[in-house]
Amino acid sequence: MSKHKILIVDDEPNIVMSLEYAFKKRDFEVFIARDGLEALELAKEKLPHIILMDIMMPHMDGYETLQKIKANEALENSKVIFLSAKSKSVDIEKGLELGANQYITKPFSIKKVVDEIENMI
Amino acid sequence: MNSWALILIIVFYLACLFGIAFFAERRGKNSWANSPYVYVLSLAVYCSAWTYYGSVGIASKSSASFLGIYLGPVISMPLWIFLMRKVIRISKQHKISSIADFISMRYGNNRALGALVTLVCLVAVIPYISLQLKATSETFGILLGSNNRASIGVIKDSTFYIALLIAVFVAFFGTLSPDTSKRKKGITTTVAIESVLKLTFFLVIGVYVVFYLFDGTQEIYHQAAQKMEFNNPSAFGGMENGFNWLFNICLSFFAIFLLPRQFQVSVVENHNERHLKKAIWLFPLYLLLFNVFVIFIAWAGNIRLPQASNPDYYTLLLPLQAGNLWLSVLVFIGGFSAAISMIVVSTLALSTMVSNNLIIPYGFLNKLVKGNPRDNAKSVKNLRRGIIFLLIIGAYFFYINFSTQLSLFSIGLISFVLIAQLAPSFFLGLFWRRGKAKAAQYGMGMGVLIVIYVLTSPVSDSRLAFAGMDYLSLESHAFLWSISGNALIFVVFSLSVKGNYRERNYAEMFVGNENYENLEESAFIWKGEAYVADIRSLLYRFLGEARTDRALNLFNRKYGIPEKEEKADARLINFSEKLLTGTIGSTSAKTLLSSVSKEKPISLVEVLEILEETKETKASNKLLLEKSKELSETTQQLQLANEELLLQDRLKDEFLDTVAHELKTPITSIKAASEVLEDEEMPKALRAQFLHNIEQDADRLSTLIHNILDLEKLSGNRAQLNLKTQSINASVQKAIKGIEQIASKTGVDVQFHPDRSLELVYDEDRILQVLTNLFSNALKFIDKPEGMLRITLKDSEKEVTITVEDNGKGIPKDEHQYIFEKFYQSKDQNTKKPQGSGFGLAICRSIVESHKGRIWSDPDFEQGARFMFTIPKQI
Repeated sequence: MSKHKILIVDDEPNIVMSLEYAFKKRDFEVFIARDGLEALELAKEKLPHIILMDIMMPHMDGYETLQKIKANEALENSKVIFLSAKSKSVDIEKGLELGANQYITKPFSIKKVVDEIENMI
Repeated sequence: MNSWALILIIVFYLACLFGIAFFAERRGKNSWANSPYVYVLSLAVYCSAWTYYGSVGIASKSSASFLGIYLGPVISMPLWIFLMRKVIRISKQHKISSIADFISMRYGNNRALGALVTLVCLVAVIPYISLQLKATSETFGILLGSNNRASIGVIKDSTFYIALLIAVFVAFFGTLSPDTSKRKKGITTTVAIESVLKLTFFLVIGVYVVFYLFDGTQEIYHQAAQKMEFNNPSAFGGMENGFNWLFNICLSFFAIFLLPRQFQVSVVENHNERHLKKAIWLFPLYLLLFNVFVIFIAWAGNIRLPQASNPDYYTLLLPLQAGNLWLSVLVFIGGFSAAISMIVVSTLALSTMVSNNLIIPYGFLNKLVKGNPRDNAKSVKNLRRGIIFLLIIGAYFFYINFSTQLSLFSIGLISFVLIAQLAPSFFLGLFWRRGKAKAAQYGMGMGVLIVIYVLTSPVSDSRLAFAGMDYLSLESHAFLWSISGNALIFVVFSLSVKGNYRERNYAEMFVGNENYENLEESAFIWKGEAYVADIRSLLYRFLGEARTDRALNLFNRKYGIPEKEEKADARLINFSEKLLTGTIGSTSAKTLLSSVSKEKPISLVEVLEILEETKETKASNKLLLEKSKELSETTQQLQLANEELLLQDRLKDEFLDTVAHELKTPITSIKAASEVLEDEEMPKALRAQFLHNIEQDADRLSTLIHNILDLEKLSGNRAQLNLKTQSINASVQKAIKGIEQIASKTGVDVQFHPDRSLELVYDEDRILQVLTNLFSNALKFIDKPEGMLRITLKDSEKEVTITVEDNGKGIPKDEHQYIFEKFYQSKDQNTKKPQGSGFGLAICRSIVESHKGRIWSDPDFEQGARFMFTIPKQI
């Protein structure tokens, strides 16, 4: 079985770095994007199983990116998980309504995130 | 002169008056009849033909004594502001339409007193009217060159027809409305115009005599002194004459308030209380002008005219003698104006009194009660018209039979003495609560009897001598004894009689009118039983159904009384009484209402209690109203404050939200890094990298916290500025030094070449913070190898502008206006702001604004970013 592919999208390099380390450690193939536009391009190209995405990003925010991902048939198997500091219930509801599989608020425990994503697969 | 020509002039003149009156009535609300000048000029109805001709006559014999008649009004004028205002207020409040109504109302709406006042006025004024007719007739004769009126007979006497024309005028314009308390604009306006005419023509003849016939006042004085062999022609003639003078002043003081025609023009026709302010200086001025030439015309007549000439008519005779017929005609017209205006207003006032205080309450009322409303209004009008004709014809016959022998001046004076009998009950009644109706009747009656006795008694001369004052004139004697007797009886009786509750009620309301003037219906004291239906049917008879229903609906709405209410209360009784008063006078109104209601007497204690109560209710109502107004204002303010608070709250929420978000990012980063560091298998280099990341994020966290606190401090105006005068050049240099290292590392060329040093007052640490922030922003965004950062200073009159520009990637067009907001979130809330513009610029703005300066970025600068801020020279 080939490696699970995960796309991490966040504009905070330090956070990305930790996540990248943790997933690689669990044998994921990790791709990294710094904003929505980059993420969309990369997703179309790599067709990741999991897309772990921030909401507040430059150029294109997480919600819009999610909508574009959902609109793309090639990506119908990709599961999207939001990782956001926006912790208000309206924001969470909006994310889930748009089709996100999970919404995790920052700050988070890396261990839990990784466990949860492994369970999803 | 041809008599037909003169009659033509008179008829033409009267036609003009009709036209003017008609026009003034038609104009309605916008009419200049509402102007204060018309009011003041109408007061000059005081100057009748008596003044116009008679004062010259008196001046020819006793020099300055005519002046007394004018000094009374002049002295009284300052009192008007207080006294007349009170009278006007009371009258408007109670719909009073004549002096008789006023006095009888004050003493509890006493029918007999009203009738007595009316009789006194009739006795006083009819001779006075006949005096006007006499003057008109005699001057008419003089102009025609014949002095022989007696031989003509009534049918051929033109004066009779003139009198009839005047009666038609008054009957028409005086009875347009059955409500006598309504103003009569047409009549007032013509009176005002006549006042202008008579003054103008009198001044014209004065100037003509003094400067045309003679060579100025000096010449007249000298010639008069020679001819009349007097040493000091302007002297008063010692102590004795002084007393006569004093009495004349008193008489005229009373007359200006009490003469029916004066009451008519000054009270009933008053449109606006403020007109009194104009009257108190303008009316004395008018009187002064009227008297400027009197004495000189009198002397001139004494010098030039034959001994047998009637000195009353010097003003006519002088120009006639000089062959100046047309000037005489002008003088005649002036005198005619004076006579007409006096007759018109006097008969108008008298007819109101006779109808409302004499005929309607004594007998005519029953007929009205039985009649229907339209007929009632008509019969009241016709009654008044009839009275007007009778009065004028009566005056005409009085003149034919009695007044030919008397001089103008003495008839006028006697009339004044009679009118003065109203003074004790009028003036004392205004300020003294204890005055009683009976006392007023007895005093007034006694006064009139004394006057008649003194003037007619054949032995009066010896009686006067007995009193030891034989130097007094007959009129002065009559005045002195009658007014003393009148006042004495009034006071003594008032103190000894108890009086009824109605008297006390009205006494309270007249004397203390300031307290009760706003109480309206509710101040009325009445206890008893009455039915609305009875009152309604009574009102129908006088006002008609439509008007009655309208009035009662208004009344019910005003006091919130249900339509089906059967019993009438005191307010309705008073309201109806006021409605009727305008039409049939207060006495009759009271009589009528008591016919449909059973009134019960109330004690004085009750009267005062009710008055106090209504006053309190009124006051507390007013207080409530004020309070509720205040409350609604407060509510509105609260609402605004609340909205403001909500906005502030929302901003605060957003702020906290963003702060939380900003804080979460480094915390997340630190937490994540710490977790992965637990992995013991991690290579050393990577471990060092994670540790570095943690340190970086911790720094970021502390800077963030520091900035938040700083911003809060600045925006809460809690930051104390350490203001000093210092060189901005040096501060810029200092800030440059701070970033020099980074700049040279990234190859950025920092340019600062000021042409001179500028001193300003500011907090250096804070301004350094601004500069450093702007500089590091610039360095952050410069992405070219040949970076450039340029600082320039611009000095203007009021401020220094500091510009910081770079050649970096610049600021997106639509971001310029938002970048200074703290935690600005662009329209799409989830897209991140351009990097670096989080707190820094918001802090910069707070610092610059606390220095009273402005900060902005130039949207037209395309090579990069250009920030500018100002520091004013005076903070």
